[in-house]
Amino acid sequence: MLRRRVIPCLDVANGRVVKGTRFVDLVDEGDPAELAARYADEGADEIVFLDISAAPEGRATLLDVVERTARRAFVPLTVGGGVRTVEEFRAVLRAGADKVSLNTAAVTDPSLIERCARVFGRQAVVVAIDARRSDRGWDVVVKGGREATGLEAVAWAARAVERGAGELLVTSIDRDGTRSGYDTDLLWAVSDAVSVPVIASGGAADPSDFVAAVRDGNADAVLAASVFHRRIHSIGEVKRAMAAAGIPVRLGRAA
Amino acid sequence: MKAWPEAATIEERGLPVAVVDHGAGNLVSIRQALSAVGAEPRLATHPGDLEGVAAIVLPGVGAAAPAMERLAEAGLVPAIASWVADGRPLLGICLGLQLLFDGSDEDGAQTFGFVPGRSVLLRNAPRLPHIGWNQVERVRDHPVFAGTAPDADFYFVHSYAGQPAAEARSTVLAETEHGERFVSVLATSTVVGVQFHPERSGADGLRLLGNFVRWATAIDADRGARTVPAGAGGGRGGD
Repeated sequence: MLRRRVIPCLDVANGRVVKGTRFVDLVDEGDPAELAARYADEGADEIVFLDISAAPEGRATLLDVVERTARRAFVPLTVGGGVRTVEEFRAVLRAGADKVSLNTAAVTDPSLIERCARVFGRQAVVVAIDARRSDRGWDVVVKGGREATGLEAVAWAARAVERGAGELLVTSIDRDGTRSGYDTDLLWAVSDAVSVPVIASGGAADPSDFVAAVRDGNADAVLAASVFHRRIHSIGEVKRAMAAAGIPVRLGRAA
Repeated sequence: MKAWPEAATIEERGLPVAVVDHGAGNLVSIRQALSAVGAEPRLATHPGDLEGVAAIVLPGVGAAAPAMERLAEAGLVPAIASWVADGRPLLGICLGLQLLFDGSDEDGAQTFGFVPGRSVLLRNAPRLPHIGWNQVERVRDHPVFAGTAPDADFYFVHSYAGQPAAEARSTVLAETEHGERFVSVLATSTVVGVQFHPERSGADGLRLLGNFVRWATAIDADRGARTVPAGAGGGRGGD
């Protein structure tokens, strides 16, 4: 039976892991490759890197981080942040990523999803959607929630999948950094509207939140950053809570 | 310290394994994983790159037609076909497994035809692509499984799966469930195909790759001793 995945997310700025609420109060947390390898040993089912470098030279550093991680951690890597062209997409895959997540660039030009899916297969194309509650449901926002797009999130999710997204990374901007649990209504609405896997993001604090994302949000995978970085809960603890709730997870044996 | 490489046999140096590069995806992981299990991976972009290697790994993601086109442009289709016809070892990974069959429903592509059958969409899957860790349930034992549990988890990313024709059912080594049962590992006498990504499947994935390399070494040894001749630098001197 297919396991529900637990995915630590590493925000990377200029080659270092930073923590805090995603875009403010950044604190240097060390080498991303080191941390990714540690997570892999602790049972991470995948690793997500989000590049939040402000400067363009951050990109070259990120490719180096991806390659160093791919050389030591034998679990899948997804990389997102700032990819705008098919060639940039290819460079990230060639560095050792298995999937690339598109966010703002896909909103600006949805044909990018199609073009990347045609060349690399839809399984390599993740579309990241940052959603904020509104009168009509959820609005798609970009730039960490600072900019509205005019798109409605569930409709955009369906359109992104039609265009070739093989997976969706759905972040509740309302919950992100608040430690108040995932927005399971959002997850359920998106999951119900598409046939591809949905990764839950934003708001995780307690192992019961991960359980709720799957049980009440029908998420295929659950992503968290600070809960793991700050060692509030380990990946193993989260997985054991999910298993105890009857959710299939990979507990495996040590490497 | 031993004189090297003059006195080294292939076994001591690591078995040279060609990793076929058809342009699209991540080859860092598979090369690194092969190195981690003691092989010596070499990227193969044209037929000459297959000289002097003891096994071929055919990786791949995405659709069958563009992959076959790129392999054909590189002259690798006849080279790989004659490699397999000669009874030499090959491991197909993900799309690489699907290419072992006659053709794919995904885009009507004609593929290698080493195993009778076709690649078909997982129609009954609750979600596609099938992404994540799933159990590989062994139906027949094989040296590549040594040291792994009979239902170990491996990492999958795909929407299509190879479906052997009735006369090729005996090639099936393991199956996996995602809305329906599909073939996740198969083998002929010298070719192995895995639908999952061993290079992304942690310790069990590395075990399976190491087992393949050992199995390939044994097949290679059966074909006659292959040692690097004295003074041969790149391991190609024997050809």
